Amino acid sequence: MAEQDWKQQKRPFAAVATVPLFWTLIFFLIPMGFVWFYSFGRNVGLTEIDIVGTLDNYKRATEWLYLGIFLKSLAVAALVTLICLIVGFPVAMAITFASEKWRPWLLLGIMLPFWTNLLIRTYALMIVMGQQGYANSGLGALWNGASWLKTLVGLQPLSTWEPLPLLYNNFAVVVGLVYVHLPFMVLPLYSALDRLDKSLIEASLDLGAGHLKTLFKVVVPLAAPGIIAGVMITLIPALGAYLTPDLMGGTDSQMIANVIERQFKRANDWPFGAALSFLLIYVMFALIAMQGLRKKTGEVR
Amino acid sequence: MDIKTLLDNAANRRSLLKGMGVAAVGLTFTGALAGCGEKAGKKLANGEEGALNLYNWDDYMGETTLEDFKGASGVDVKMDLFENNDTLFAKFRAGNPGYDLIVPSNDFVERMVQANMLEKLDKAQIPNWKNVAPEFQDVPYDKGREYSAPYTWLALGIGYRKSKVNPAPDSWKVLLDSDQYKGRIAVLSEAGDMFRLYAKYMGKSVNAITPADIKTIEAMMIKQKPNIAKFHDDDGQDLLAKGEVDLVLEYNGDIAQLAAEDDDVAFVIPKEGSQLNSDNLCIPKGAKHPKNAHAFINFILDAENGKKLTETIKYPTPNAAAKALMPDSYKTNPITYPPADLLAKCEYAKFNAELQPLFEEAFTRVKAA
Repeated sequence: MAEQDWKQQKRPFAAVATVPLFWTLIFFLIPMGFVWFYSFGRNVGLTEIDIVGTLDNYKRATEWLYLGIFLKSLAVAALVTLICLIVGFPVAMAITFASEKWRPWLLLGIMLPFWTNLLIRTYALMIVMGQQGYANSGLGALWNGASWLKTLVGLQPLSTWEPLPLLYNNFAVVVGLVYVHLPFMVLPLYSALDRLDKSLIEASLDLGAGHLKTLFKVVVPLAAPGIIAGVMITLIPALGAYLTPDLMGGTDSQMIANVIERQFKRANDWPFGAALSFLLIYVMFALIAMQGLRKKTGEVR
Repeated sequence: MDIKTLLDNAANRRSLLKGMGVAAVGLTFTGALAGCGEKAGKKLANGEEGALNLYNWDDYMGETTLEDFKGASGVDVKMDLFENNDTLFAKFRAGNPGYDLIVPSNDFVERMVQANMLEKLDKAQIPNWKNVAPEFQDVPYDKGREYSAPYTWLALGIGYRKSKVNPAPDSWKVLLDSDQYKGRIAVLSEAGDMFRLYAKYMGKSVNAITPADIKTIEAMMIKQKPNIAKFHDDDGQDLLAKGEVDLVLEYNGDIAQLAAEDDDVAFVIPKEGSQLNSDNLCIPKGAKHPKNAHAFINFILDAENGKKLTETIKYPTPNAAAKALMPDSYKTNPITYPPADLLAKCEYAKFNAELQPLFEEAFTRVKAA
């Protein structure tokens, strides 16, 4: 079966590939081509764009103001990815080692939020995290309980509970993005861990390695392809996140996608928005290319 | 705090669709679609088929207005919703996507006229025009009212929680230039509105801002930023209702809706004056049912129909005949109709194509600072 190369099966390949290729061309490449041309254009009046081949939009997009926002977005996305990895890895392990009976339910638990509209999920999270939300009222109840216990033993009660500002800051954006992107991380990790030969773990433990050592010397290296896939698949959409920073962020939580959106709407400057979009796309291509290169060297080895 | 809160959050003029742009969802009231197929061939007396495609703000239509109009004229209205003027404009950039009637704000009427996107109105088809209040018969943003019929008007001001804000504010200072209510303030994320209100605070006209002023204001905004909790997308009344903040920059109509349910909420137009807005019914170029659109404008400007509409949306109405029918509790509501001496200090903002990109970039810098 190894020699099922498309070069030997040209006709069936063409039959299968034509429709998706056509689809990609019509609905992706051609519209993106227009946007690409816009990025070399200039605004004329309110609605016209003259494509004059100027690089001014890119020059402006690489000013420190916008580069800084790019870097900030990258930093937020990287932090989100790291947290997703730290939280997601044990979850994926737990699902892998769960009993046959439980596994589909655990997977469903991961997938269920995934099937809910992003906007609804974000609003729900905002209700939980608000000043008078469940998180704050829960903490407030604990605080008051502790205060009551102190008075019970004759101590001064605690000061009155001040709700924590959980929402409308960078913390909220990171929490929101982790919440939204966790399934992207858990699923590739799970599929990598599931394929892992469990006898290797037993061997490692039998031969005297501790649990931690087994985890880092055996499980993690074997799951590396899944980790890399998970990192990529989380990092890239997090980098382009728009809704979460807009709804949950505070006064300094704008990310590059929010700036791009404003160019197409409020600023009515499509050429500049197009240039910013393409810079973002190039960054994403670079990330994907890096992963591709890694894969190649891996195969050679 | 439950699903009802979630739904309530969604139920006001400008907040539901906020952010939905990402999904490019146009909500459609399909009730009007039911008989569409068979109707398509039938013509009304005016020679048009019985259909009207309306593009409106969220929660900005009377409860029974569309049904009443169908009963009166036989026209099925299909209403889609937009979240802000920019979305409306962006949609029409590539040509009319099929709407017969739209509801842009004053500065966007100017902008769309400049961009040649609007049809002139035929007042002969709008006999109820006589009901329009004198001050809305002719307006600076549309000389002679050639392109627009008034729908509502709004004034920006400070909505606040009385129990938390003491003394009652009377100046923009508390919002724009003070740390007195640090972290308890939300202001608009509209760059233009923010810069214009700072100009008002500095004693300038909203239409006399220079690039040098933008620099000054930018510095003031960066200084004030740590005191502000959120730049909101016109859902300030929700932030106030949920106790997220105690002071918001909002439109009077939005605060009037909240104050109707919450005694602890008040609204003030600061002594420096403020910015007025007005939403308008306009017929875009390429409308397929212009006569039905005129008929709908005429219907809205009718006294009784205008009253029913105003009862639902609670905004100030430029329809004098409809206002006369409203109860005193509405007519004398100081939030809906602020004191005349303060209103006299308010201005409409002119659309300024040169300053708009400067506002946007300066605001991006403020947010990035």
